[in-house]
Amino acid sequence: MIRNVVISALLLALFGLTGAALVAAVHQGTQARIEANRKADTLERLHAILPEGEYDNAITQDTVRLSHPLLGGGERTVYRARRDGRPVAAVFSVVAHGGYAGDIKLLVGVRADGRVAGVRVVEHHETPGLGDGIEADKSDWIRGFDGRSLGDPPREDWAVRRDGGDFDQFTGATITPRAVVEAVRDTLIYFRDHRDQVFAQNRQNPGEAS
Amino acid sequence: MSTRSYRRIVADGFWYNNPGLVQLLGLCPLLAISGTVVNALGLGLATTLTLVASNLSVSAIRNWVRPEIRIPVYVLIIASVVTAIELAMNAYFHELYLILGIFIPLIVTNCAIIGRAEAFASKNSMPRALVDALAMGLGFTAVLVALGGLREALGQGTLFAQAHLMFGDMARGLTLTLVEDYRGFLLAVLPPGAFIGLGLLLALKNAVDEHLERRAARRRTAMAEQPQT
Repeated sequence: MIRNVVISALLLALFGLTGAALVAAVHQGTQARIEANRKADTLERLHAILPEGEYDNAITQDTVRLSHPLLGGGERTVYRARRDGRPVAAVFSVVAHGGYAGDIKLLVGVRADGRVAGVRVVEHHETPGLGDGIEADKSDWIRGFDGRSLGDPPREDWAVRRDGGDFDQFTGATITPRAVVEAVRDTLIYFRDHRDQVFAQNRQNPGEAS
Repeated sequence: MSTRSYRRIVADGFWYNNPGLVQLLGLCPLLAISGTVVNALGLGLATTLTLVASNLSVSAIRNWVRPEIRIPVYVLIIASVVTAIELAMNAYFHELYLILGIFIPLIVTNCAIIGRAEAFASKNSMPRALVDALAMGLGFTAVLVALGGLREALGQGTLFAQAHLMFGDMARGLTLTLVEDYRGFLLAVLPPGAFIGLGLLLALKNAVDEHLERRAARRRTAMAEQPQT
């Protein structure tokens, strides 16, 4: 009786070990490639906002983590683009909390002069066919932010038309665009008030010089 | 223990005992990932791969794993296999991996897999278990793709959209646009569309079965009426 239990336990442990070994081996084999994929993803997203030729530093390494309610709270990564050491733009990964179905993760690129370089949705759970017009693949709406700034339109017009603002909503979906417009506006406000801090922190970062 | 012919195993997987249409197992991924053909195919093939690996391992160890610990052992095998597949997809089909997301690790919970391990692989030789896994997996994939095609065609007016996620850049031209400037049919894209579509597929299968049954019955009566010599 006891013998059987021990044998069963040993067998189970053996299978556990075999399974763990298999997973560990595959992990070893794929780790480098997965990491490279992840980096390529980030870079591709950044390049959709800020063309490659506009900066000359290693943008994925020249990052700083900031925390502020205007950026959606929590620690947010900011990628800094520089050319000859001078700030070109900052790309904020922010979260819009006011979505129709959970948080909307955005990348908001702001040029050094405060104009929007571009905005892209990284992750959302909005209704397909209604709220998903915020994706660059589905409609051009998100490109409407390009080149805008806090003065253009005036700050009180940074809202969807339904709220008396300057940005279109979608047919059947006001909440999603509203959340995105407000998140972009808040990012611009944060950038205006903390510009030096955004670019100055972490000066010892090795990525900056390269 | 009856040993079914290979032919019968294959027919079971694709039709008479299809995991999607007859056993109604694995409905969660079936309904969630059948929005487009490419997503459906990706998840279907990942599930098939898992089935093959788990059926083979379970069949290989069937004579020396004690009955009382067989279920935890199956779970261990399936979980390790799925984790390995998840890592491999993340590395080699990264964009597809991002779209399928949580549904790849969730293959672990697809009852069709542990069901085949317990009901078939644990009682049959490895070649049989392999054929069963392929038949069941591809049968499941076929239902996924059929549902995906139905929903994609109705919902977006295309077929094989984003085929490059699976077959590389060469496949970009594969996308068929069925209707130019299609405005989209939201119901087909949303979850209710998955339920309705699966219902239609089930009805279609039952209608075909009924038709075949009736024809077989007619043939039997015709045979019986023939004069005996």
